[in-house]
Amino acid sequence: MIQYNRFILDNGLTVLVHEDNATPMAVVNVLYDVGARDENPTKTGFAHLFEHLMFGGSVNIPDYDEPLQRSGGDNNAYTTHDLTNYYCQLPAQNIETAFWLESDRMLSLAFSEKSLTVQKKVVCEEFKEHYLNKPYGDVWHKMRELAYTVHPYRWMTIGKELSHVENAHIDDVKAFFFKHYRPVNAILVVAGNVKTVQVKQLAEKWFGPIEMGEKYIRSLTKEPLQQEARKLTIEAAVPLDAFIKTWHMDARLEKGYYAADLLTEILGGGGSSRLYQSLVKEQKLFSNLDCHHFGSIDAGLVTIEGKLVKGVSMEDAEQGVAAIINAIQEEHVTENELTKVKNKTESIIAFEDMSVMSRASSLAMYELLGDANLMNTELDKYQQITSQDLQFYSKQIFRESNSNTIYYQAKK
Amino acid sequence: MNLDRKTTPSIIDAVSFDLHLKKCDEYNLDNGIPVYSLNAGAQEVLLIEWVFYAGNWYEQKNIVAATTNFMLKNGTSQKTAFGINEYFEFYGAYLNRSCYNETATITLHCLSKHVNELLPVVAEIIADSIFPEEELNTYRKNQQQRLSVNLKKCDFIANRLIDEYIYGIHHPYGKYTSTLDYDQLNREELVAFYQQFYQQGKCMIFTAGKVPSGLDKSLNETFGHLPLQQRAIPTIQYHLHPAVEKKMHIINDPNGVQGAIRMARPFPNRHHPDYQKVQILNNVYGGFFGSRLMSNIREDKGYTYGIHSYIQNHIHEGAWMISTEAGKDVCKATIEEVYKEMDILCNEPIEEEELSLVKNYMIGSVLGDLDGPFQLIARWKNYILNGIDDQYFYKSVALIKTTESDELQELAKKYLNPNDFYELTVI
Repeated sequence: MIQYNRFILDNGLTVLVHEDNATPMAVVNVLYDVGARDENPTKTGFAHLFEHLMFGGSVNIPDYDEPLQRSGGDNNAYTTHDLTNYYCQLPAQNIETAFWLESDRMLSLAFSEKSLTVQKKVVCEEFKEHYLNKPYGDVWHKMRELAYTVHPYRWMTIGKELSHVENAHIDDVKAFFFKHYRPVNAILVVAGNVKTVQVKQLAEKWFGPIEMGEKYIRSLTKEPLQQEARKLTIEAAVPLDAFIKTWHMDARLEKGYYAADLLTEILGGGGSSRLYQSLVKEQKLFSNLDCHHFGSIDAGLVTIEGKLVKGVSMEDAEQGVAAIINAIQEEHVTENELTKVKNKTESIIAFEDMSVMSRASSLAMYELLGDANLMNTELDKYQQITSQDLQFYSKQIFRESNSNTIYYQAKK
Repeated sequence: MNLDRKTTPSIIDAVSFDLHLKKCDEYNLDNGIPVYSLNAGAQEVLLIEWVFYAGNWYEQKNIVAATTNFMLKNGTSQKTAFGINEYFEFYGAYLNRSCYNETATITLHCLSKHVNELLPVVAEIIADSIFPEEELNTYRKNQQQRLSVNLKKCDFIANRLIDEYIYGIHHPYGKYTSTLDYDQLNREELVAFYQQFYQQGKCMIFTAGKVPSGLDKSLNETFGHLPLQQRAIPTIQYHLHPAVEKKMHIINDPNGVQGAIRMARPFPNRHHPDYQKVQILNNVYGGFFGSRLMSNIREDKGYTYGIHSYIQNHIHEGAWMISTEAGKDVCKATIEEVYKEMDILCNEPIEEEELSLVKNYMIGSVLGDLDGPFQLIARWKNYILNGIDDQYFYKSVALIKTTESDELQELAKKYLNPNDFYELTVI
């Protein structure tokens, strides 16, 4: 049970406090309700580029990192399709430094041309390092475009193409900031060796004066139900053939999400999972094989992907996968197997909750989903899933007409 | 509203903190296995690690140590590989194994409430692994495929080659794996290695987390009577064969858009009197986000997504390494800037303002790193394997607080000489 207190400032900023006096540290986590899904299709990669710009100086403070490091602190941030999260950890005595820094960059950035020029280059190098200069690096670009026709999960958080990042203009930066980075669109979580009354006083002092801004109302087009299987074959200079197939699943808060999560565990979680045991160990069709999903807030994708053992045909590999899926649709998962994946989920949650930083970001994420207390009811939702549910959802998800397949073939 | 947003709120310098390293408990099992235990944390979770002197230092042939370690989960006379995986996964536990240079480990992460179900199967793995031929064949083939993918990556190639240049291809720190090594593996060698270095080998146990009462008793019942600790660790000396040519440029992928740059020089291990102070210098140079390399090469010039320098964490000899991936057309400029920053450290004293920032940052990160049982036991394990104790910790903290700029400049002159550095670019 994770305890916390919640209050909302007059300008709409939601503040959560999680006290843990066993640690000497404090964590300040600011989540902004904006991600790659909120981007203009012609200016993708912006939410992520923006994350970089948030370290390029704010209106009153030329350098974000330096004062934080001087206070004994460290920080980082990440951008997903759904949200952007900034977090720093520092000795609890110096927590006011974090309030000062975070509130100033919520007040306004410096909008430095130099920072924009440099960070565009840095992001382009990041793009190259992770997506261009790696074998199979483009597979998710292709898969997202195949699986989504209208929803902005169509593109990667890093951007659809390098040119979108390269063409970013300082006016875009300003507009994006004042639309999304306002108190009313943010959640502040303070955790660690702190007291709620102290946090309240500091939050009012530093964040209270910032103008509320306009609440961003998201209106994304829902991805229509897929009616027909889509397939794509790619040839590239890679050493091995790879197979990747996805199916649409339910959104984060729906029951189907929890079922899909357990299904991916049964199919692909660990050395005793069905896909690994049957297709890697027994039939030797794949040299490695994963089944996963991204935990996205809007309806996401269940994915099975792996590299084929040399000499195995794509068709045989795909049939191997189909047989495993067929079995989970036709026969009930045994109690033993269901208990296994529920135990694993319990364990994952317990390990995640060990660090204050992870507790802080989870609270922020669940608050974004509607209520921080969802963090405390999560395990129950998994416990309630039955083997009938798994059968129902496996039939709903793993329909051929709901699928997207890429044959990623090694150029001969 | 008179809020001063220009001035930093008053801070307490982290260098004034009194850091304390929580002691770990020590006891021996009946057969002499030492157990180091750290009871801390609020979550009902537990980590147990079995450390064997079974790293690649002790193998006669390439990858025997790593393969033996990997295959510990692939079958005992009682359980198949699937059976072992299913057993641990049923309890939501993670059983991992890793092979390093001197040591190799088996690591269990589990909910504290399940530990007594799990220990006997770990003992089974240590006492009764059988290394099935078919498992070995699958492993061999899949690893060869994995290697073929990795060999396309410039960073993977660069990491291998820079170690080879510093230590030589026959040194445990410098050697790496080829496809042929997998072909040449045979089961008998694995079994022999297993007998000597696991079944009868020298073992240590580390436990951390919410340690249930009676764990010492369970550990003794399960592991205290195994025939471990029978063989002394062989004394093996390796000679260094550093490369003669210092500057290398390799094209691995003609269509590559980035180059992996590695620059390194030999550096002594943590018993050397300069070691701890050089950690401070390294932080200034390239050890954290605010370092000079990062500020100049990423934050000012945008040549790379990241650039870091560090001292390799080796027990015997080490290296001081600079590592980055930079745009193909700016690799040369990046290397020039790396040398330029060395030059500045040698010729100009670090300003007090910058040095105090780095010191506060370092103390702050040590403080953060002392938070949590798993981090604490990792620190203790590192100390014990390197033959040092908590005096090393207190000395290190004291040095961070007191080392002066002129001492660091002397160290820069001593160690940051471009002529001593290997320089490698892999595109």
